[in-house]
Amino acid sequence: MALTAFLLKRLSYAAVLVLAVLVLNFLLIRLAPGDPIETLAGQMGGMTEEIRAELQRAYGLDKPLPAQLGIYLSRAISGDLGHSYFFNLPVTQLILERVPATLLLVMTALFLAVLAGTTLGVMASRRPNGLLSQIITVVSVVGYSAPVFWTGMLLIILFASIIPILPVSGMRAAVVRQGVFADMLDVAHHLVLPSLSLAIVYLAQYGRLTRASMLDVLGADYIRTARAKGLTENTVYFRHALRNALLPVITIVGLQFGNMLAGAIVVETVFNWPGLGRLAFDSVLRRDYPTLLGLLFFSSLLVIVVNQLTDMCYRLADPRIRT
Amino acid sequence: MRARNFGVLIAAAALTLGSAAAQEPKRGGTLVMGQSSATTHFNNAVGSGTGIMIPGAQLFASPIMHDDKWNPQPYLAERWEISTDALAVTLHLRKNAIFHDGHPITSEDVAFSILTIRDNHPFNTMLRPVEGVDTPDPHTAVIRLKHPHPAILYAMGPPLMPILPKHIYGDGHAIKTHPRNNKDVVGSGPFKFVSFKPGDQAVMERFDKFFLPGKPLLDRIILKLYPDSQTSLLELESGRLHMQPFFNRVLELERAKSNPALTITSRGYEAIGGINWLLFNNKKKPFDDIRVRQAIAHAIDRDFIGKALHKGLSRKATGPIHSGFPQHSAETTQYAFDLKKAEALLDAAGIKRGPDGVRMRITCDYYPGDEDGQKRIAEYMKPALKRIGIEVEVRTPADFATFARHMASKDFDISMDAAFAWGDPVIGVHRTYLSTNIRPLVFTNNAQYANPKVDELLATAEQEMDPAKRKALYVEFQKIVTADVPLVWLTELPYHTIASKRVHGLPATIWGAAAPLLDTWLAD
Repeated sequence: MALTAFLLKRLSYAAVLVLAVLVLNFLLIRLAPGDPIETLAGQMGGMTEEIRAELQRAYGLDKPLPAQLGIYLSRAISGDLGHSYFFNLPVTQLILERVPATLLLVMTALFLAVLAGTTLGVMASRRPNGLLSQIITVVSVVGYSAPVFWTGMLLIILFASIIPILPVSGMRAAVVRQGVFADMLDVAHHLVLPSLSLAIVYLAQYGRLTRASMLDVLGADYIRTARAKGLTENTVYFRHALRNALLPVITIVGLQFGNMLAGAIVVETVFNWPGLGRLAFDSVLRRDYPTLLGLLFFSSLLVIVVNQLTDMCYRLADPRIRT
Repeated sequence: MRARNFGVLIAAAALTLGSAAAQEPKRGGTLVMGQSSATTHFNNAVGSGTGIMIPGAQLFASPIMHDDKWNPQPYLAERWEISTDALAVTLHLRKNAIFHDGHPITSEDVAFSILTIRDNHPFNTMLRPVEGVDTPDPHTAVIRLKHPHPAILYAMGPPLMPILPKHIYGDGHAIKTHPRNNKDVVGSGPFKFVSFKPGDQAVMERFDKFFLPGKPLLDRIILKLYPDSQTSLLELESGRLHMQPFFNRVLELERAKSNPALTITSRGYEAIGGINWLLFNNKKKPFDDIRVRQAIAHAIDRDFIGKALHKGLSRKATGPIHSGFPQHSAETTQYAFDLKKAEALLDAAGIKRGPDGVRMRITCDYYPGDEDGQKRIAEYMKPALKRIGIEVEVRTPADFATFARHMASKDFDISMDAAFAWGDPVIGVHRTYLSTNIRPLVFTNNAQYANPKVDELLATAEQEMDPAKRKALYVEFQKIVTADVPLVWLTELPYHTIASKRVHGLPATIWGAAAPLLDTWLAD
């Protein structure tokens, strides 16, 4: 009962939030100078006024802005995100085609970052002033402060020119290998560098956070109790300390999911990864309003869903949160 | 032992090389071709730009094609005649030609396609004189013209005149947004549509019932988008990408040149005819004064641009028509690099150096997206013009839309820009110089140049059927325009095709990769 009410309340918040996102995005995008018709004219190497007027009519750009907003909102609410000016395809189709690629990239990076980050954090917390801890701190600071495109480019130089063993562009080889397993292997091969460069930034953060959180928890009374019971160090660390230390990490992971989507824009552009991020980047340059709005709408949905999932993870990690 | 093995290797290598030279074209294979501008759809009857023209020319056949010397060649039309008054062009179509869905290609389809292009293609001068198309029988189409139109011989070429199936595109749906423009495309050309992932890649496959026997040689073409030139070069080096046409990045070209596994060629860009230029806002003071324009032209060291900025990969432009064009003339006014003369001209124009040594402050825009062709040269304007006392502020455009807006509203002083001629001066050259084409749009006569003599010459040349007389008109045009200097023509675009040595039969006609890849093949 309480759970249903809780979910309903959450959903209504989310609905208001999504509506605000839609209106704000719509207006913000229009503040950018230049219009999509001029961009199309550039792509086509010229255009006449008749074609220009015709395109403006076709895209509804001849109507006043509030009218355009009204039309957009009413269509968006009924699930129609419109057609891309650039590709002349339904935005929903464009987005859905690219969702798997982005989710694969972001989830892999997130998994890598959380797994490696927490492991390193725990290791560092064992000897807070030991050599390993120092190394992890240095690596973390470097990883965190290096911009993701720079890490990406360095990885490209390393693995494309110096030791050319990993592909640096795209998600699959152009000539697709036959068979599901071969295809998965191909995708995995292409995934290594992009997911690594995206993971490095977050890995550093999670490592630092886990280390600090662990050190905090390790001073608690129940740890002394656990040790006094004669439990092995590993049990103390992983069963008793880590579980408590993970709460702030989960919070940050949830909050940063949106950041990671933003990071994916850069990584996808650097590695030519056919996901949402690259579509977003290109759509800004093309002033492809419907696609861009669709993408922003979609990513706000994703962030909302992930935040809900984060809340559920709290409940799993900490029984006290179950009301 | 080791040495002997090495010797054997060398001998084997020599043998392979020897046989490679005499290699017979091999059928089959998948060519991975890179592109830098995205394909939005495949219907080049209603869209231009290489992203549409390259795949369009593979999927759709055109009435005629051209060799590497501008000679029209039979393609879908096995022969054609132009009436003595030049008001009718009769096309005799091949009888064995069918669309990819098995429907025969008839004169009805040709008529439909020509009228569709006339009414929808962004190059609106290309078929403007077409009054109608008669179809006396299924294999004869007669194009009726309002006045003689020599450019039609090029407007009927592969990137510009795809023959569309009327039974698909004639269903009443608006043609520019027709759903079949990028889905289940049914074409008439050597390759048929397989799949399309917008913003990523398009796959095309050999059409086995193509009307030219034995063509094409390739099984498949995968057209893959590489927005970043360094990535495409890395992919070329790794062998995953076989060929990249329309490549113009100087540093990468230099690197490709020194790679023994890659070939680079500048052939195949003659008809595209791209020229980089510096545009003056001729209506704005002080650029309305010819002496100011001449002074700036004299202050630009075009050898420096060609040799240092473009590493010798681009050719100097001598005027408004690309040197690959039959109408090109080098008998034009050239502005030698001469700072003294430039300063004298500015003094004469009354633009004197102030106490701080500055004569005036101006802005320079540039077309974004072509780093070497545009941005570098725009940046070079700053030190170059400073020497004659002009302070240049480079207005870096955020993106194309910003640049386009500046051009459309004529909100600029000088601007780096480029344009393509596409086969005939009528199609891509006139638009920059005709006073009737001063419009609030990018890629029109944005210099706002107006000279009645030039308008008249171009109008005459548009209709002159005799190639020699026509050329004489364009020679005169080039003389006058370069003397008026509404723009400074700097370089021809350094377009190249980079390909793996495995690729044979690189596109070499005047249209390059914007023509069907009939003779391209891949060695093992």
